[in-house]
Amino acid sequence: MSDTTTSEPTSEPTSGPATGTDARSRTGEDQPLVRALNVLKSFHGNEVLKGIDLDVHRGEVVCLLGPSGSGKTTFLRCINQLEEIDGGRIWVDGDLVGFRDDGGQLHHLTDKQVATQRREIGMVFQRFNLFPHMTALQNVMEAPVQVRRVGKKQARARALELLEQVGLGDKPNAYPAQLSGGQQQRVAIARALAMDPKLMLFDEPTSALDPELVGEVLRVMRELADQGMTMIVVTHEMGFARDVADHVVFMDGGVVVEQGKPKDVISNPQHERTQSFLKRMRAEDDEAAADAESLETPDA
Amino acid sequence: MTTPTTDDRPGLIEARPVRHPGRWVALAVIIVLVAMLISSFITNERWGFSKALEIMNQKPVLEGLWKGTIVGTIGSMAIGIVGGVIIAILRLSHNPVLRGVSFVYTWFFRGIPRLVLLAMIGSGVGFLYANLDFGIPFGKQLASLMGLSSDFTFFTLDVNQFSSSLLAGIIGLGLSEAAYMAEIARAGILSVDKGQNEAAAALGMNRGQSMRRIVLPQAMRVIVPPTGNETIAMVKDTSLLSAIPIITELFYQTRAIGTRTLQIMPSFVAVTAWYLLVGSVLMVGQYFLERRFGRGFGTGAPNKRFARPAGAGGA
Ligand SMILES: Nc1ncnc2c1ncn2[C@@H]1O[C@H](COP(=O)(O)OP(=O)(O)OP(=O)(O)O)[C@@H](O)[C@H]1O
Ligand SMILES: [Mg+2]
Repeated sequence: MSDTTTSEPTSEPTSGPATGTDARSRTGEDQPLVRALNVLKSFHGNEVLKGIDLDVHRGEVVCLLGPSGSGKTTFLRCINQLEEIDGGRIWVDGDLVGFRDDGGQLHHLTDKQVATQRREIGMVFQRFNLFPHMTALQNVMEAPVQVRRVGKKQARARALELLEQVGLGDKPNAYPAQLSGGQQQRVAIARALAMDPKLMLFDEPTSALDPELVGEVLRVMRELADQGMTMIVVTHEMGFARDVADHVVFMDGGVVVEQGKPKDVISNPQHERTQSFLKRMRAEDDEAAADAESLETPDA
Repeated sequence: MTTPTTDDRPGLIEARPVRHPGRWVALAVIIVLVAMLISSFITNERWGFSKALEIMNQKPVLEGLWKGTIVGTIGSMAIGIVGGVIIAILRLSHNPVLRGVSFVYTWFFRGIPRLVLLAMIGSGVGFLYANLDFGIPFGKQLASLMGLSSDFTFFTLDVNQFSSSLLAGIIGLGLSEAAYMAEIARAGILSVDKGQNEAAAALGMNRGQSMRRIVLPQAMRVIVPPTGNETIAMVKDTSLLSAIPIITELFYQTRAIGTRTLQIMPSFVAVTAWYLLVGSVLMVGQYFLERRFGRGFGTGAPNKRFARPAGAGGA
């Protein structure tokens, strides 16, 4: 195993600029915000996650990379229980996700307890999943009012603030169908932030967008990272991963193949599978760039 | 290819529309047919339109219209819609017992004709259970077992009296309607993208909140149009209430007057006119409901997506 590759969950800490914490001990308050140990998940006998280990520390941005079908989405969905894991354990902020451990015997949590755990985790979907029958403002206010029982007035003020933060202060009354993809995704980010989550999960937040709209969403995510939000981001945006991530995880075939600092994993991958994936990504990027160029200079 | 120079830039378009000779032919044919019909209305005394108008305004007819048709429709559709949504939710529940209950309910009430159901409620139920006691299940048996004087009955309903009331008829029609509404509601709920449920769940909403706040409002878009049809069908099915028998009912009353005064045809004209009138009002109402629940589903003003009310051109 190379030095950037490790399956040991308590790997060398990364020096996240947001947190500024360099060292951490295995004991004490600096436990990881998310710890996944040997996470297993199958769909009808098809083993999709084959023992994922991952630690995410407070304020860290972790980017998950990997080819299609490698299980990135499934892993994210397991963290906030949209899928139930078959094996292993996930903890978020010290709480076991989905189960109650009673002296070694696990018990399923009730629907209510599951909902309580999910409140603390924001999720942004590839296809936005905004509520189409509500305006941008109503989308953002919905969960604080219904779930946290925040007063309407207060929720509204906070929602307007969040819409401002994602650059949509002028569109509170627009319905999702009246917004561009990039705008919709930014509303979706504001909606997730409205619950004041400890952790934000992003599942390819820009891959359903037209290329010219990707930047505005990544900018919002960058700002969020700068503010110290803990984020797990599944993405194919190598530039974002290189610049923003504190830690990059490369998955393939349901296992973590390689992980480490972005400059190590992206610029100097050790594992052959990582190398070929990144080469493919680069080729695609070049192609896209070439396409964009040919669009900019149409022959008369 | 030659590109036009900036000097001869094309101006406003004044193109000739496509001609539709077929439309004019159809219009002519229709005009002739309508003229023939109107002429028969005028020349054939037996239609008796003025008599029909009189019958429409008679007190028992109006009472039948109000109680039987209007109250009957509103009441039974209210039961049908609420019941239908509940049965649909049971049908989609994770609990196999509830799913089974929902299935058997739908199977039973869709399987029997409303006429038979109402006749059965009117006479059969009162015969089977003369009194309905509301109390603790098996209270009488428990009391005798324990030697108590009370039999855990809180109040008693005289079924014979109740089962011939309008309320019994409304409940009967409502229970039957719930079985149909359940299928409509189920289709509506299933039409909502499952990403919506996931987004709601990810925000920490429970299943009830997600259903009530997120899924059902969107399902309404699919549920409302067929519910409008169901309501219009129910207006007509209230005429079955006479099977209970309830005689404060539109068709029963008009026909009674028609037979008594030997104005058979005018009485049919009168009842037809009332049903058409009520149906037209409902179609307009449906249009506004569809607009209301279509919010956010068009890019422009929501109303653009929807067709004009079906009755607006013809009534
Ligand atoms: N609900 C499901 N039922 C059955 N199989 C599933 C389900 N969800 C995912 N899978 C399978 O699990 C595997 C991993 O899927 P997943 O969506 O996690 O991959 P991914 O890494 O996110 O890929 P992509 O980059 O294409 O989004 C795939 O083979 C997929 O077919
Ligand atoms: Mg995916």
